[in-house]
Amino acid sequence: MTGTILSIEGLTVDLPKGGDRSHAVENLSVTVGAGEIVCIVGESGSGKSITSFATMALLPRALNVSSGRIVFEGQDILKLSEADHARLRGNRMAMIFQEPMTALNPCYTVGDQIEEVFLSHTDMPKAERKARTLALLTEVRMPDPPRIYASYPHQLSGGQRQRIVIAMALALDPSLLIADEPTTALDVTTQAQILSMFRELRRTRGAGIMLVTHDFDVVAEVADKVVVMQRGVVVEQGTADEVLNRPKHPYTRQLIDAVPRRARDDARETASRPEVLRVEELTKTYRIPASFGRAAREVAALRPASFSLREGETLGIVGESGSGKSTLVRALLRLIDPTSGRVMIDGKDIAAAPKSSLRTLRRDIQIVFQDPYGSLNPRRTIGDQLVEGPVNFGVPRAQAMERARDLVRIVRLGEEVLQRYPNQFSGGQRQRLCIARALMVEPKILVADEAVSALDVSVQKEVLRLLAEIRDRMGLSMLFITHDLRVAAQICDDVIVMSKGEIVERGAIGRVFADPQHPYTRELLAAMPGQGWKVPDLSALPPAVA
Amino acid sequence: MTPPMVSPPAPVLSPRRQMLRRALRHRGLIFSSIVLGLIVLIAVFAPLLAPYDPYKQSLIARMKPPVYLGGTWKYPLGTDALGRDMLSRLIYGARVSLMIGLVSAGLSAVIGTVMGISAGYFGGRVDRFVQYLINVRLAMPVILVALATVSLLGGSMFIIMIVMGLLLWDRFAVVLRSATMQVRAMEYIEAAEMLGARQSRILWKEILPNVSSHLIVIFTLEMAHAIILEAGLSFLGLGVQPPTPSWGLMISEGKEMLLFDSWLIMIPGIALFLLVFSINMFGDGIRDVTAPEGRN
Repeated sequence: MTGTILSIEGLTVDLPKGGDRSHAVENLSVTVGAGEIVCIVGESGSGKSITSFATMALLPRALNVSSGRIVFEGQDILKLSEADHARLRGNRMAMIFQEPMTALNPCYTVGDQIEEVFLSHTDMPKAERKARTLALLTEVRMPDPPRIYASYPHQLSGGQRQRIVIAMALALDPSLLIADEPTTALDVTTQAQILSMFRELRRTRGAGIMLVTHDFDVVAEVADKVVVMQRGVVVEQGTADEVLNRPKHPYTRQLIDAVPRRARDDARETASRPEVLRVEELTKTYRIPASFGRAAREVAALRPASFSLREGETLGIVGESGSGKSTLVRALLRLIDPTSGRVMIDGKDIAAAPKSSLRTLRRDIQIVFQDPYGSLNPRRTIGDQLVEGPVNFGVPRAQAMERARDLVRIVRLGEEVLQRYPNQFSGGQRQRLCIARALMVEPKILVADEAVSALDVSVQKEVLRLLAEIRDRMGLSMLFITHDLRVAAQICDDVIVMSKGEIVERGAIGRVFADPQHPYTRELLAAMPGQGWKVPDLSALPPAVA
Repeated sequence: MTPPMVSPPAPVLSPRRQMLRRALRHRGLIFSSIVLGLIVLIAVFAPLLAPYDPYKQSLIARMKPPVYLGGTWKYPLGTDALGRDMLSRLIYGARVSLMIGLVSAGLSAVIGTVMGISAGYFGGRVDRFVQYLINVRLAMPVILVALATVSLLGGSMFIIMIVMGLLLWDRFAVVLRSATMQVRAMEYIEAAEMLGARQSRILWKEILPNVSSHLIVIFTLEMAHAIILEAGLSFLGLGVQPPTPSWGLMISEGKEMLLFDSWLIMIPGIALFLLVFSINMFGDGIRDVTAPEGRN
């Protein structure tokens, strides 16, 4: 680790008037050395992305840097002209964005887009550009570089696209790489590959990497230095070992405390309880009709799936994107029609029930969705939306309102929320309201479809605790769908692992973690970031210093 | 282990109050609301405001110029070829224009909304049928069909309103169809299905309120469209029949005098322009104020 590549000194970025605070980033000082990975960690709204945008001189117009210096290779970025910035960007410093699906232009081949970098910064001849591009593709470990070179972005998977974006960033051997949540949109196995690539790049290229993330396990996986931000202010920074294992600031401790532990200590006995839900050989096949000379095809989104859920049990359904877990849930609730199979609740088959009787059958099974912003109608008050269910089943409105008042208290919100509209709540609060809404009709089974995935870790932890508490108090059974094994480990008794539309493994959570049977489960577990890091016992540390 | 009590959300303004605040800051909206409000008031209180009977002819007071061209205050906006007071005709004409705009656009709104929302919500066959109807409708030139129908059935105001109401629903159907498809994919619709809501209830309580901002904007566009169309039909002599004081008819009656007494066309022309302009501006304002990106 020789020399400082980037040093940010006392950076303050103002927010426009009327925001919830006056500075997006306040008095921030960070240095990134050669061959060093610096992680900036924080929850949403902490100013971590603003910091990376300021460094790239890509701040939105509404935001102004009011003081501080950003010194990169000896010059203050804030004093450079637009043309100088353009020369630096892509050449000496490069950025990797969160969303690989939109960071590439769908109109050009991957090869053209990488060559564009050489074209705009150098006067290399065509043949050399192509050779360098192919070499880069090999370096980011793409299979069959010549084929990828001629591919369009839509022909590649998310992980492959992210590697193309990284290849573009590396093209001119920049001394600084800025990566803003580079793996958040990716599956764990892909994330593991990208992270190991970062580690390798640090070694082979000697570049400084500034990585913005919200995930402490990612930090544990790659970081040399860690900067923790809260509401625009750096609350703690130090080496990875210091911050991860001996955090000083209370906020850092709170974040680390909220990191999902990898195992459950309290195994619960559920095998003897009665079954509330039995799914038998449920399948869903999509038919793609023949067109333009292509023969008709059938795509099996869900291969025969069978399992049962016992009273009071929480069953996790874990899988990466495209594994069929959402199809399974939607087919089981008849939000889509399954192709075959049975879904038995209380001796009645939901899968075969006529559309007209679905209303009454669904009463026993309710769902909490992933997106806290899309699952409440923005035009109706919370109270109105909560009483909707019972009123549909013939409960008088006043009585339903009474129940709504009880339930918002159970999800730890005040009664006055019933008069408000959804836009007045944060993501975590909305998710509580969705839980309350699902409970309004007194279901036996609650389905949580990625219900905590969109939330910050500390909020995630609270919502999980609330779910567990409600489950125990009301004797609910729960189907908990998630892509995140760590989250599943916190709340589930049993877990089902899905891959490519198929259930590959089922077992008690402790057993699956300790002794995975299926190769896919093993791969999934091995890909979890931060395995080398044992979350410290915070109570054993000296008192926090704010 | 009980999670801590979450503090109640900070007192944020309700969506309606926020919208009102945005509205009061929107200059175009304020301006157009004032102009529209004035025109509506004039139309409602026409009998009290008009100095003369709009039908009364006076051969000795023909072709008096308006005051700004050297006329007298007796006829502030002058008189037409039959000696009728222009100001009074203009005031009564506002009634005709507004009435035609509201009724035609209203009828179209009902037809187009029902078609658009059912196409967007049910999809499949319903959608294909509605799209077929939309295509058929788009293949017909409105003005020709209106001309043909009106010349067959005669040009009473009632017939004109019905004919235009049956012709101007295409934009409602097209826009609401796609707006509904977007809303339909939201999870609160699935949540409502799970909570046992009937389809009619989902359409009425979940979908309609969330597409209503589109509805209002298109309504204003189509209202302006209908007013212009009526003026066009009247100009061609196939709209509202004389002596009814319609702005389009006034322009048509003044066209022979265009070169020498251009005020006969200018005055109703400016009135028509102001009305249509402020309706469009009002629609734009409403769209800005209710824009979903400001609402989340």
